[in-house]
Amino acid sequence: MKAASFDYVRANSLAEACKALADAAPDGRIIAGGQTLVPLMAMRLARPAVLVDVNSVAELAGIAVKGDRLVIKACTRQADALASAEVRDNVPLLAEALSHVGHAQTRNRGTVGGSLANADPSAEIPLIVRTLDAEIVAASTTGTRSIAADGYFEAAMMTALAPEECLVEVRFPVWPMRRCGWGFEEISIRRSDFAIVAVAAQVELDAGGACVRIHVGIGGAAPAPLRAGPVEAALAGTALDDAAVRAACAQIAGLVDPDSDVHATADYRRRVATKLAARTIIAARDRARGG
Amino acid sequence: MSERKFRYVSHKRRVKEDKRFITGRGRYAADISLPGMLHVAMVSSPYPCADIKGIDASAALALPGVRAVLTGDELFAHTNPLLSGLDLPHVARTPLACSRVRYAGEWVCAVVAESRYIAEDAAELVAIDYDPQPFVIDPEEAMKPEAPPVHASHGSNIFFRKKWTWGDVDGDFAAAQRRLSYRVRWSRCSTVPVETFAVTARWDEGRDILEVWASIQMPKYPEQIARALRIPVNAVNVHYDVDVGGSYGMKRGIRQTVIVGYLARTLRAPVRFIEDRLENMSGGDAHGPDRIFDVSLAYDDDATVRSIRIRAIDDVGCYPGRAPLQLGKPVGAIVGPYRTASAEYEAISVSTNKTSEEAVRGFGQSPTNFALETGMDHMAAALGLEREEVRRRNLIEAHQFPWTIPSGSAYDSGDYHAVLDKLKAEAGWDRLIERRDELRAAGKLAGLGLSTCLEPSGGNSSFEPLFNPKNDTTTWMEACLVKVDMLGTVSAMIGTTSSGQGHETLVSLAVGEVLERDPDTVRVVRATSLAALPSNSPVGSRMAIMLGGAAAGAAQRIRERVLEIAAHNFQLPVARLVYSGGDVSVEGDPSRTLKWEQLVDIAHRRYHEMPLGAEPGLQANFSWEVPTGGALPTADGRVQMYPCYAFEAHIPLVAIDPDTGKVEIVEYWIAHDCGTVISPDIVRGMTFGGIAHGIGAALYEKYEYNADGQHLSGTFMDYLLPSSHEVPNVHMVKHYTPSPLTTFGQKGAGESGYLGAPAALAGAVNDALAPLGARISTLPMRVRDIEALLAAHRE
Amino acid sequence: MSEHTVRLVVNGREMQGSAEARMTLVDFLRDVLGLTGTHVGCEHGVCGACSVLFDGRPVRACLMYAVMADGHAVTTVEGLQGSDGSLSPLQDAFWENHAMQCGYCTPGMLVATHALLAGNPDPSEEDIREAIGGNLCRCTGYVQIVEAVQMAARKMREAKS
Repeated sequence: MKAASFDYVRANSLAEACKALADAAPDGRIIAGGQTLVPLMAMRLARPAVLVDVNSVAELAGIAVKGDRLVIKACTRQADALASAEVRDNVPLLAEALSHVGHAQTRNRGTVGGSLANADPSAEIPLIVRTLDAEIVAASTTGTRSIAADGYFEAAMMTALAPEECLVEVRFPVWPMRRCGWGFEEISIRRSDFAIVAVAAQVELDAGGACVRIHVGIGGAAPAPLRAGPVEAALAGTALDDAAVRAACAQIAGLVDPDSDVHATADYRRRVATKLAARTIIAARDRARGG
Repeated sequence: MSERKFRYVSHKRRVKEDKRFITGRGRYAADISLPGMLHVAMVSSPYPCADIKGIDASAALALPGVRAVLTGDELFAHTNPLLSGLDLPHVARTPLACSRVRYAGEWVCAVVAESRYIAEDAAELVAIDYDPQPFVIDPEEAMKPEAPPVHASHGSNIFFRKKWTWGDVDGDFAAAQRRLSYRVRWSRCSTVPVETFAVTARWDEGRDILEVWASIQMPKYPEQIARALRIPVNAVNVHYDVDVGGSYGMKRGIRQTVIVGYLARTLRAPVRFIEDRLENMSGGDAHGPDRIFDVSLAYDDDATVRSIRIRAIDDVGCYPGRAPLQLGKPVGAIVGPYRTASAEYEAISVSTNKTSEEAVRGFGQSPTNFALETGMDHMAAALGLEREEVRRRNLIEAHQFPWTIPSGSAYDSGDYHAVLDKLKAEAGWDRLIERRDELRAAGKLAGLGLSTCLEPSGGNSSFEPLFNPKNDTTTWMEACLVKVDMLGTVSAMIGTTSSGQGHETLVSLAVGEVLERDPDTVRVVRATSLAALPSNSPVGSRMAIMLGGAAAGAAQRIRERVLEIAAHNFQLPVARLVYSGGDVSVEGDPSRTLKWEQLVDIAHRRYHEMPLGAEPGLQANFSWEVPTGGALPTADGRVQMYPCYAFEAHIPLVAIDPDTGKVEIVEYWIAHDCGTVISPDIVRGMTFGGIAHGIGAALYEKYEYNADGQHLSGTFMDYLLPSSHEVPNVHMVKHYTPSPLTTFGQKGAGESGYLGAPAALAGAVNDALAPLGARISTLPMRVRDIEALLAAHRE
Repeated sequence: MSEHTVRLVVNGREMQGSAEARMTLVDFLRDVLGLTGTHVGCEHGVCGACSVLFDGRPVRACLMYAVMADGHAVTTVEGLQGSDGSLSPLQDAFWENHAMQCGYCTPGMLVATHALLAGNPDPSEEDIREAIGGNLCRCTGYVQIVEAVQMAARKMREAKS
């Protein structure tokens, strides 16, 4: 399983990376962690003419809190994001999701941006990006632009990024965690496998325990991660009691558009997404109450 | 349980082979690099069945670095087709497809280039014109007369069909108070070594020898190579000192070797083929038993099983190599560890347009045990008795051994009730029931499983004449040469590869035990096939018995020689002498001692002090036939299958998430009796590893095909192997009932754990589902399968 | 198709070789540098047989092109022994516990657990299973591997105190 031939360029700056992509367009690809790209190339399902290596671009790595945003640079290793106190303290939902991404060894190389650029429908990082309405910043030789989460994921493995664009950073909104709680559940066949379905939820309660904000995201049950809008609308303002949560989640079967594959049927994904959503929202509520 | 005291055998001791593995100094087939070596990549069929209208290799050959593109027609013209274990004169198996491809992934051309990278580039450029043909994927569909024929020349898709009746089955069924019937399905899976098959061949023009290095586990490998390549067997030299990265039965390697051997001679350069994972999973020796069992039990109100009828359909895929015989080996334990008085067995081997099945650990015994144990659980439910109780009432009792089952095999020894008692006591059966009930109270589904199963061991060729009377073979031997050199160090020669079984440790222990010399000082050498004594490879859980016995036998001959030399020099009969640690003394007079070094020196250098007419030097070989072997089956198919029967009892506790269908193994207990244990660490490892394979077969692994005949499980992302998260810590309880047939009382343990784990896990999952009135009868019991069952029951 | 000179530090020694851009790090280590202790099992990042330490962290060498390793440091199984050839406590514990059979996954297991113990001198059973969760073994069922790591951790702690 050897890749088809390609040319290799190691970029030392974001500008170099963008120039290399532009020169090779549309057959150039960024390689960061390579944990999904290299297997695709080994199976000759991906055959870029030019690989642009951004692992040495210092300006593309790092985690920082800027105002009410947690900004993670694209080439930040998943392992570093998982170990980061800033991530844990500001977006604990992301920290939890990261612990489910692949395996320790793949997290040592895989990057936050790489997962987003790959946009596997069942991947955890895209799910959190969608759930929390994060913004994605991309650059090219013609400049930089910000893409909202709801406009970023187009279809399975397809994003709004142009072939000559390089992902720069992801900006996660930070919620006031003392009144907020998160929940995350996924079902995978083995521990380190891709999720069959995953659900992420984050809630904010007011002083009286009513839900003033709720975001529920579902992954693996559609070509892209989706927000369960009708579920959120049904539960906003309520106390999120178990029965109401389960009743609201019954709508999920109609919201999702899952596929069947060798690991699970569409019906499985539909039913389990519904069950996991209820569990996740209830867990988020309990964390919010306890915190 | 007899307590033989051994000096080295049975004691904790480091495994010799491990030293090279922990330092990264194993020598695997892919590690061997020869100057001028060329590399092979395969062109595979995308269709489950198609005629090959034309092959255009011109673009591939034009690529710089490409040396050849070998087609099936060229190979067929210069080689003999490969053997099958069945009598199928109209079904030819060739390493590369000729004129027709018959499964998706079948190898059509072999591309040879200066690097594997270039070979893959060239493989993409070979243009093949296919004309797709009808195909069949489901075995029961394939059995119908109107099904598309996989091999038109054979006339049907049934490779083999035979029914044997042993005892008065009709009478026992009529007389029994009750009957029950059920079907279980064991889906296509196998043992998937982490190392794929690799082979390098070099034709030595100066000596007319084909040198072969391969990751191989195949009886009579040099003979099959010679036969296929039309060269004498003594022109083939297989290097058995290649470390094999796991095999568990699978690495038959003959197709790959014929291709590479032919290319090496034709191109006059060393040629190497390392399967990549895609080639391996779809075109290599990869797939395993794929069974449908229809079973009927005749039993009484007191749970005595009087008789059993089993029909086993095995979907062997496209070509019948040795694998169809996997329906035959279980005849040797067809009623399990129970006293069932009569049995009927119908074996049906079916071909479909799928990758061919190869030998898997246990050679069909694990699926058969799953079928048998399911029956015991059904019976328990029907009678309202505990699953353990129905087994107790039927298990052969300790005083009844040797016990002959209806199909003719005698079980050598056992104490099944004692093993079960020990397991229950150590695991704490009541404690496990409580734990199960706590899990249920916490909202999970939870279940406890039990299986009691046999591991027939020692190997034999009996299923060969049973399934093909024209193949009247009864020899299943093993041999070993031991020599003591002039300065007194001991070496033993073996003629097989190993894939983790610890044969060097085994042989050094056996030799050391008999000679009373430290096993760490015994060197075990792997001869090449030209220098080796005959061997039948580590199959059928046989090497502890056969190679251990051969090594001990050779060492025993040396010990006797040493005593004769001493007797001659002391002018006393051997009976008056004491052998201790290699030294020989006069009994009662230790001042008269000849030390090992002195005796060795006499043997090698001082013929004037040797007994009259004695053989000089100090070396011996020992070859022996498998104990209880040497007889053909009777007309009604009764035969001793394997000589020695190990026994295992499993108790897993599982918890199932009712929302997702995910199974967690909360605790796992096994009690295991393989007679005398030669190396405790090796037996532990085999058992844990076998359980891990069994967990895979029970919960995760399946080679899946779609309706278009496409293979969907060709990578490790789709065929899921259990990791350290899926295999729990296993508690092992030991018991030792020696075999009367073997040197130290040892039985085989190479398949332990695998033979009983799937049955036990099926029992555990069904125990978890029982409160809902649901039942699952197909393995693997995947997340999707369990959840679908639960969803259906909710409605 | 671009050909590159790759310079890196392997097991503490500076080494270099020539590689096409598409040559994976594992193929480079094995076929160009002759370090065959690291093994190939799947070439798509699942089995872990190719695990090496890359700048001290365990990674899959089949998921990296050799050119990407230029300027970096790699440790393979061959680099785990002492310079006098003595076995590390971890290697010795693997031997004592028979934490292997065919030996094919063993280099990857040693690399993964070596990294675990470097960062966590007192790992729980769960920590150990997590560390080797990306290394498939078809022989052992993992039990003796876990036992070996537990023994190694104990011996290393005792040696320190």
